[in-house]
Amino acid sequence: MASYSDPPKESFRPSMLIYDTRYRGITIQIVALIGFLTLLGWIINNTAQNLADLGMRPSFGFLMEPAGYDINQTLIEYQNQDSHLRAAFIGLLNTLLVAVMGCATATILGVLVGILRLSKNWLVARLMTVYVETFRNVPVLLWIVFTMAILIEVFPPPSAFRGDDPEASMAVFDSVAVTNRGIYVPEPLFTRGFGDLSVFGLFEISTNLIVILAVLFAGIWGARKVRQRADRIQNATGVRPTTWHFSLGLIVIPVLAVLIALGLHLGYPALRGFNFQGGIYMRNSLIALWLALSIYTSAFVAEIVRAGILSVSHGQTEAASALGLRPNRVMNLVVLPQALRVIVPPLISQYLNLTKNSSLAIAVGYMDITGTLMGITLNQTGRALETLLLGMLIYLTISLSISAVMNWYNSRVKLVER
Amino acid sequence: MSNANSNDLSFVRTEILPERTPPTSAIGVVGWMRANLFSGWFNTLLTLLAILVIYSILSVILPWLISPTWGAQSLDECREIIASTFGPNVDKACWGVINDRWIQLLFGFYPSELYWRPILAFILLWAALAPVLFAEGTPRQFLLVTALYPFVMPWLLWGGTIWTPLAILAGFAIAYGIVRLGASMIGTLSAIILSVVVALIWWLLVAGPLAGQLQSIIPLALTEVTSRDFGGMMLSIVIGVVAIGFSLPIGIILALGRKSNLLIVKALCVGFIEFIRGVPLITLLFVASVLLNIFLPPGTSFDIILRVIIMATIFASAYVAEVIRGGLAALPTGQYEAADALGLDYWRAQRLIIMPQALKISIPGIVSTFIGLFKDTTLVSIIGLLDPLGLSNAIRADTDWNGIVWELYGFIALMFFVFCFSMSRYSMYLERKLQTENR
Repeated sequence: MASYSDPPKESFRPSMLIYDTRYRGITIQIVALIGFLTLLGWIINNTAQNLADLGMRPSFGFLMEPAGYDINQTLIEYQNQDSHLRAAFIGLLNTLLVAVMGCATATILGVLVGILRLSKNWLVARLMTVYVETFRNVPVLLWIVFTMAILIEVFPPPSAFRGDDPEASMAVFDSVAVTNRGIYVPEPLFTRGFGDLSVFGLFEISTNLIVILAVLFAGIWGARKVRQRADRIQNATGVRPTTWHFSLGLIVIPVLAVLIALGLHLGYPALRGFNFQGGIYMRNSLIALWLALSIYTSAFVAEIVRAGILSVSHGQTEAASALGLRPNRVMNLVVLPQALRVIVPPLISQYLNLTKNSSLAIAVGYMDITGTLMGITLNQTGRALETLLLGMLIYLTISLSISAVMNWYNSRVKLVER
Repeated sequence: MSNANSNDLSFVRTEILPERTPPTSAIGVVGWMRANLFSGWFNTLLTLLAILVIYSILSVILPWLISPTWGAQSLDECREIIASTFGPNVDKACWGVINDRWIQLLFGFYPSELYWRPILAFILLWAALAPVLFAEGTPRQFLLVTALYPFVMPWLLWGGTIWTPLAILAGFAIAYGIVRLGASMIGTLSAIILSVVVALIWWLLVAGPLAGQLQSIIPLALTEVTSRDFGGMMLSIVIGVVAIGFSLPIGIILALGRKSNLLIVKALCVGFIEFIRGVPLITLLFVASVLLNIFLPPGTSFDIILRVIIMATIFASAYVAEVIRGGLAALPTGQYEAADALGLDYWRAQRLIIMPQALKISIPGIVSTFIGLFKDTTLVSIIGLLDPLGLSNAIRADTDWNGIVWELYGFIALMFFVFCFSMSRYSMYLERKLQTENR
């Protein structure tokens, strides 16, 4: 009979820290940690010494001092006597504004181009290939300054609109003024509005907007309920009731009613003095940045969409048709869910890129977070360390939030494998 | 039924009918157009729209492009030529600026009598890359060029004595020698630690004075060129190539660290990668221009191009790490298990089994990272370096060319397009090649 016993217990020897795989991992980690902390300590020590030589102490107190500079495109109230912190916040809002606008436009353009690139029409497919290759093989910074140059050189100055026989005229029924300083579009005004709501005394939000959005979301929720009911009926009886007119009415009619109740009318831009007054003013810098970023990113989005559609094998479409599904239901129920699984992760990483590329705003003078906090505030206060750290932290937060959304989506739609 | 019988049947043909030509609407240009351009009302509409778009773009650009102003010396001269040839108020390109400044857009302010050096460095770059780019069909001797290139390129571009790169190279040779000889005598690990220590001492203390001594005995030096004179496309290529070259080894280590099961190592690598990937390159360039000197011991200062290259390397290494991690993840688990089953230790398994396959899969991704980085080098114009975009501003500040816009941007865009497009085509070719090999 064989008897088993534990191998004789070895006493611990220092050499085991290196040669014994049980301990080696710990040794390596401790060495790595010590190395990292040493490096960090060395950098902090150098920084402290250098700053002491310059007679500066790191502090974020400067954020509360008056900024003293103007920002020419703001979403919320800002005067040049407001603090640096508020200027940075305005910049952050501007970054988010151009990022959201850019992502939306890039998606629309990109999906269109991606689908057209797969078109059976030879000419259209070639044209879209040229589009994609042209825009993605040239640096985005070049596109931004190029678009800016086009806006400045091609469009007429506001003075061209003056006089009885002006050289330039406003577009779209005399409502939109396209000038070389920017574009003026009509703004929605409310005669019986609720006024603005102050949030913590920091900035003001239009109550009208909140009401309209609330009504809109209620409508969408109602339409969803209608669809769920249609699903239930279809499951029970096999016949799907027609619901689209009902859903559309649920979404559109309440919003229209609210708009009429609030007294919606448009405030048109008009030439007064040297410039246009009234309306929503979008500066050249914003438009150039927005257009360039969306077009550049749309080339990448197009490739992603194309790859996603191609990744759904033809057999899937055929199988769906064999089951008797109509073409649009084949698209909705079979092709899109599978294609989206391939499309969405790289698409979100493109959104991330677009948001990061929006920092190039500084090249055309659009005041985003790079232009305010890491630009003028840095130059005025000389606090390079604090402003850059804060700015990087803000970008990092934006990026990590977008990645978090991506990971959540990924885990939701992931195919469950064995 | 017999054969003879069937031959009698009058309706069975005995000879094959001669081939008829297909209807004219289905062959040739007409057939192709019907199939590809006008196969339905929607397709026809798309075709007409596309033709309209192409026409409206070309009708603006082509007449503008064709302009006999190649020899003009200033914008005013261009305008005179255009006015005398086409009449007043005609908008045409002024190609004189490209003729006058294309060399500057390529080389910046690099001394013109030394242009052979960047050109030679560029040609050698292809020789050095040959074993990577066209793995089969390159003689093994090219690997020597690859190994020596990191020392030759800086010497060619910046100049100075040849003994400095040689002394640095000697440090590597010494370290290698210690590892080879010492492994049997004092154990591998001790030999590696010793070699690192000796090499560091050599580089920090011995190499500089030794190079100076050798230079005074045997002077072999190229004219020195300061970084300030670097510019144009050359600057973009230098930053891109150096950054991607250095980021490869760093990226491999980061990727391995991220996949390792050592908690602290993994956390450090993940933190580094996510931090770098989460911030825009421009903020890192700001760090390079205003902050990097603060992080280093008082009194250290090195020139801005070096600082930019450092930050670009850090930036690229995070992206390369993610690409290589993708390559590692794409390897079947069986490969790892097979390596373990053969009894290979971690580093041997990585070197002999994992890395050769993972790197091969990642090459297309690395190429696209390089394209991205190469395009992003234009950002250095924001912190005042004279890359093509920065130079274009400088050229427009010249009184002769004040007011030039499209010609310069168009030329720069064309240069970038040629580089990036050919690289992306190469990457696609590589991807196709790798795909068939894996099947």
